[in-house]
Amino acid sequence: MNRIENTEHQRLTFWEKLYLPEIAKGLGITLRQMFKPKFTRQYPEERWEPTGSYRGRPVLVLDEDGERCVACGLCSRVCPALAIEVQAAETEREKERYPEKFEINMLRCIFCGFCEEVCPEEAIVMSKDYELVFTNREDGILGKDKLLVPIHKLQDRLEFLREYK
Amino acid sequence: MVEWSFLIIEFLIKALIILTLILLIAAAFGVYLERKISAFIQNRIGPNRVGPFGILQPFADVIKLFLKEDITPYAADKFFHRIAPVISLGVAFSVYAVIPFADPFKYGDKLIYFSITTPDVNIGILFILALTSVGVYGITFAGWSSNNKYSLLGGLRSSAQMISYELSMGLSIVGVLLVAQTLSLQEIVQKQALWNWNIFYQPLGFIVFLVSAFAETNRAPFDLPEAEPELVGGYNTEYSGMKFGMFFLAEYANMFTSSLIIVLLFFGGWNLPIPPEWIGLEPGSFWLSLIQFCILIFKTLLMVFFFIWVRWSVPRFRYDQLMYLGWKVLLPLALINLIVTSIVIYILK
Repeated sequence: MNRIENTEHQRLTFWEKLYLPEIAKGLGITLRQMFKPKFTRQYPEERWEPTGSYRGRPVLVLDEDGERCVACGLCSRVCPALAIEVQAAETEREKERYPEKFEINMLRCIFCGFCEEVCPEEAIVMSKDYELVFTNREDGILGKDKLLVPIHKLQDRLEFLREYK
Repeated sequence: MVEWSFLIIEFLIKALIILTLILLIAAAFGVYLERKISAFIQNRIGPNRVGPFGILQPFADVIKLFLKEDITPYAADKFFHRIAPVISLGVAFSVYAVIPFADPFKYGDKLIYFSITTPDVNIGILFILALTSVGVYGITFAGWSSNNKYSLLGGLRSSAQMISYELSMGLSIVGVLLVAQTLSLQEIVQKQALWNWNIFYQPLGFIVFLVSAFAETNRAPFDLPEAEPELVGGYNTEYSGMKFGMFFLAEYANMFTSSLIIVLLFFGGWNLPIPPEWIGLEPGSFWLSLIQFCILIFKTLLMVFFFIWVRWSVPRFRYDQLMYLGWKVLLPLALINLIVTSIVIYILK
C-alpha cells in the first residue's frame, strides 16, 4: 500500500473544518476593503491625461511657418493597414512640396505608430487624443482640416520621440 | 355588516401600505444596497448617476426591464413558462400577510394590529414555513418549462437544495418554539422583551437557521440554481424583460423575508433596547408602534447587509459539499440542538 493520500479532509485542521472561523476571517477582509480608497475614475468629469508615450490619434504637426509635411508618402507606404492617403502638390515657398490631400482613415488605423517612426520631417505624430467617436463611416475619414494640430499641443510626444526614438 | 366593511377597509389599507413599503424597502432598496456594497467591497463606487447617490437606480432598472422584449422560447411550455415568475413573486409577497411589524396600537377603543391580517395569526411561523417551500415551485417550473438543459439543471438543484435544507430549518425553529411555548410571531417577539433575545438561548439553532436561510433564499454561497459559470443563468436563462425582473425582485423579497424572520425569531424583533416608558411612550400608543416598526426595519436591513456581505465574500459551494453540509452537518446539529433544548426545558420546569 504505497499510496499517498492528500485529500481536503487531511489537509485541513480542525478549526478550518469548522468553516465558520474561516468564513469570519474572509468577511473581515472584505469589510476592510470597504473602507479603502476607490479606484474608480468618474469619466466625463474626471479625465485621464496620458503621458508622452501614449499612442492616440495620429495628427499632423502645424509649425509656426505652416505645416511640416512634405508629402513624401513614406507614412502611406509603411502603413500596414493602408489607412493613409497622401497626394502631393508644389508651391513657391522654401519647402517646395506640400500635401494637397492628406487623409487618415480611422476605421482602418491600428495605432501602430509606424507612420510617426518613418517620418523624416517629424510631421506626423501620435497625439494624446483617445476620444475617437464618430457616428457614420464618412466621419471616420479625417481630412487635413481635422488632422493639423498646433505644435504646442504635441510637445510631450515630440520630447518623448527625441529621447527614445 | 358595518363591522365587516370596516374590517375589509382596514385590511385593504394595511395591505396597500405594507406591501408598498416592502416593495420599496426590500426590492428597490435591496437591489441598490447589493450594488453599492458589492462595489465598495471591490473598491468601486457603484451606481451614482440616477438621483442623489444613485438611489433611483433600481427604478431605472425596472423601467428598462419593462421596455425590453419579452421572449418565450419556441420549445417552451407556454403556460408554465408564464406562470413561474408569478408563483415566485406572489409567494414571496404573500408571506407578508402574517408577519407582524410592531405591537398593536389603540385607535379609539379599537385595537389595530401592525400586520396585514387582523387579528394576529396564531400559527404565523407555520404559514411562513409552508409558503417558503411553495416558492421553490416557481423556480422548478421555470427550469422545466424553458426546455433548456441549463435551466432544468438549475431548477433540479433548487428543489434538491430546498428539500435538504427545509428539514434543518424547521428543526432549528422548533428550538425557538420550545423556548417561546407559542407559534404566534407576535408572542414570540413579546417574550424576547428588552435584551431577552433568543439568540442567547439558541446560539446553535441560530447558526443552523442562518445557514439554512441562505440556502433557502438561493443566495451565495448556496446560489447553485443560478450558478453563472456552470449553468449560464440557471433557471432564469430563458427569461427576459419583466419576467426575469420578477424572479429578480422575488429573490430580493425572499432575502428580506428571511432577514425579517431571523430578526423576529432570534434578535428580539421590534423590542426597544430600553423600556419604552423611559422615553415617555406608553404601551399601546401609535408612536410606540411606529418606533418599533422603524427598529424592526433597521435590524432587518442590518441582516440584509450581512446577507449581501457574505455573498461578496464567500465562494460558491460545490454540489456534493452542499449536500454533505445539509444532511451530515446541519441536520444532526439541529437534532442535537432540539434534544438539548427539550431536556433543559424539561429540567427547568
